[in-house]
Amino acid sequence: MSDYPQVLFRNRKPDRIATLAEYRQSGGYEALADAVRNRNPKAIQEELLAAQLLGRGGAGFPSGKKLMTVADDAPFPRYIVCNADEMEPGTFKDRVLIHADPHQLLEGMALAGYAISASVGVIFIRPEYESAARILEREIGLAMGAGCLGKRIFGSGFSFDIVVHRSAGRYICGEGTAQLNALQARRPNPKLPPPYATEKGLWNQPTVQQNVETLCCMPHVIRNGAAWFKALALTPTGAGTKIYGVSGKVRRPGCYELPMGVPLREIIEVHAGGMIDGLRFKTCLPGGASTRFMTEAHLDLAMDFESLKAKGHRLGTGAVMVFDEQTCLVGATLNLIEFFARESCGWCTPCREGLPYVRDLLWRIENGLGEPWFVGALQQMSKHLWHSYCALAPGAASPLESLLTDFPEEVEDHIRHKRCRFSSSAG
Amino acid sequence: MLPEPLQTELKEKIASCEHPRELVIDVLTAIQEHHGHLSDEAVQDAAALFGLTPLEIDELATFYPFLYRQPVGRYVIHVCDSVICWMENGKGLIEHLQKRLGIAMGETTPDGLFTLLPVCCIGYCDRAPAILVNRKVHGPLNPALLDELIDRLQRQARDGEAAS
Repeated sequence: MSDYPQVLFRNRKPDRIATLAEYRQSGGYEALADAVRNRNPKAIQEELLAAQLLGRGGAGFPSGKKLMTVADDAPFPRYIVCNADEMEPGTFKDRVLIHADPHQLLEGMALAGYAISASVGVIFIRPEYESAARILEREIGLAMGAGCLGKRIFGSGFSFDIVVHRSAGRYICGEGTAQLNALQARRPNPKLPPPYATEKGLWNQPTVQQNVETLCCMPHVIRNGAAWFKALALTPTGAGTKIYGVSGKVRRPGCYELPMGVPLREIIEVHAGGMIDGLRFKTCLPGGASTRFMTEAHLDLAMDFESLKAKGHRLGTGAVMVFDEQTCLVGATLNLIEFFARESCGWCTPCREGLPYVRDLLWRIENGLGEPWFVGALQQMSKHLWHSYCALAPGAASPLESLLTDFPEEVEDHIRHKRCRFSSSAG
Repeated sequence: MLPEPLQTELKEKIASCEHPRELVIDVLTAIQEHHGHLSDEAVQDAAALFGLTPLEIDELATFYPFLYRQPVGRYVIHVCDSVICWMENGKGLIEHLQKRLGIAMGETTPDGLFTLLPVCCIGYCDRAPAILVNRKVHGPLNPALLDELIDRLQRQARDGEAAS
């Protein structure tokens, strides 16, 4: 389908996970072996920084920089926490990555651990991914047996253990500070830094949290070098490849590994097979539920963090959700707000009180009970949502604001005609 | 009250862990698997195992959608109602399921077989609309496939009971 290099998916098979032997045959664990034997932790940090590997969990923070914020004289033990709590609607890349090639993640965690002299890695995983949790537990055992993890890795002085921590649900647990609370059996409310996790994180010790996909990139950066990784991208502002998870009204929904900076049009029309027969593209959310709608005018935009930012959009998780002409965007936004309202931890007022109010106004509009003044009220509420404790409510504000500014006629049509004219309705 | 072997197993697990609190969710899940749900007594048992107050445990037990403070059926069906499943007629599927089982969201069938719970995006958007039955994913579904699945689970429960 394309000749783009497959880095994260090079061992992907249609029906099963890649084994440890297959992973090693393809160069797996070479980066870790080389790092622990021949390179110092600072060199690993610098390579990742030079590669401009940006966090793939949504925020896009430079991963090398995050590792560097652990002070040289920071206390021990130090921890790596892998965020496998993928729960943003439309996002399923981390599940696919773990099921494709689990050792890639384990090696990435060990490398990140080596870079900050951590001794323990914790994979925080959502309950819906029980099969992935079992795969990881089994493969951790196999990696330990092969000397790739555990005590004195590859005969070096570096030891690193990985444990799998099963969550019991809730979207907020994907937020960094809430996740650390969850791991310590505290109610998972977010916590405003300082102190930052890299200073006082898990059990009050220095902790670096990274997304699954980010960690999966690390072995390849260390093995092949920063320049190679940078060159994988199609744009000068991008680096590496990206797993784009496409869902919605396309012929071939799924995860595709493409160069960072690939045009949105190519993702949808070529790799995901275009729109389902008879349907017309209306819009898409480019990076999960907390991004803004993109329209046909954006189809030729390069999908990387900087290019989208320059146009007021966010790459987020790279989860492209495609909506057709017959899907009601008031209904879709109502559904998204339902999600955020239900998943709010209730810690702060804008989120706890604001989201149900927004939900109520949108529900009325969708069900033919909207009044013209609702639009102003929604605009005002979306501004309030930005003043919340963590990024959950601002995330919810993004599709809402986009609906009001990019598709005002759809909202007005509902209000004027007192009904939804689309076939799909949130009810 | 927890049976002795389970209590011993959990105590040993907790004692062997450097930071026992990281096991709270695991232990609650294990107790839930034994009893079917987390009763007030189960919350107290878990609190005693960790030396925490029942309130500290209840703060967690009431927070997570995969911990049940009330009895649930043998098959807990978590229905994904997030945007991609919604767009793929997830709403129609939920209505069909409720009608077929004769219960609303959050309820359990009188025979104790099925509990219906809504859940946010389960991460199977490429297989939408999808649901989880006891954490196992099924999708993409339509009303006919859903009926087949329910038939199969009912048969499985009946055969299981006959065998035991």
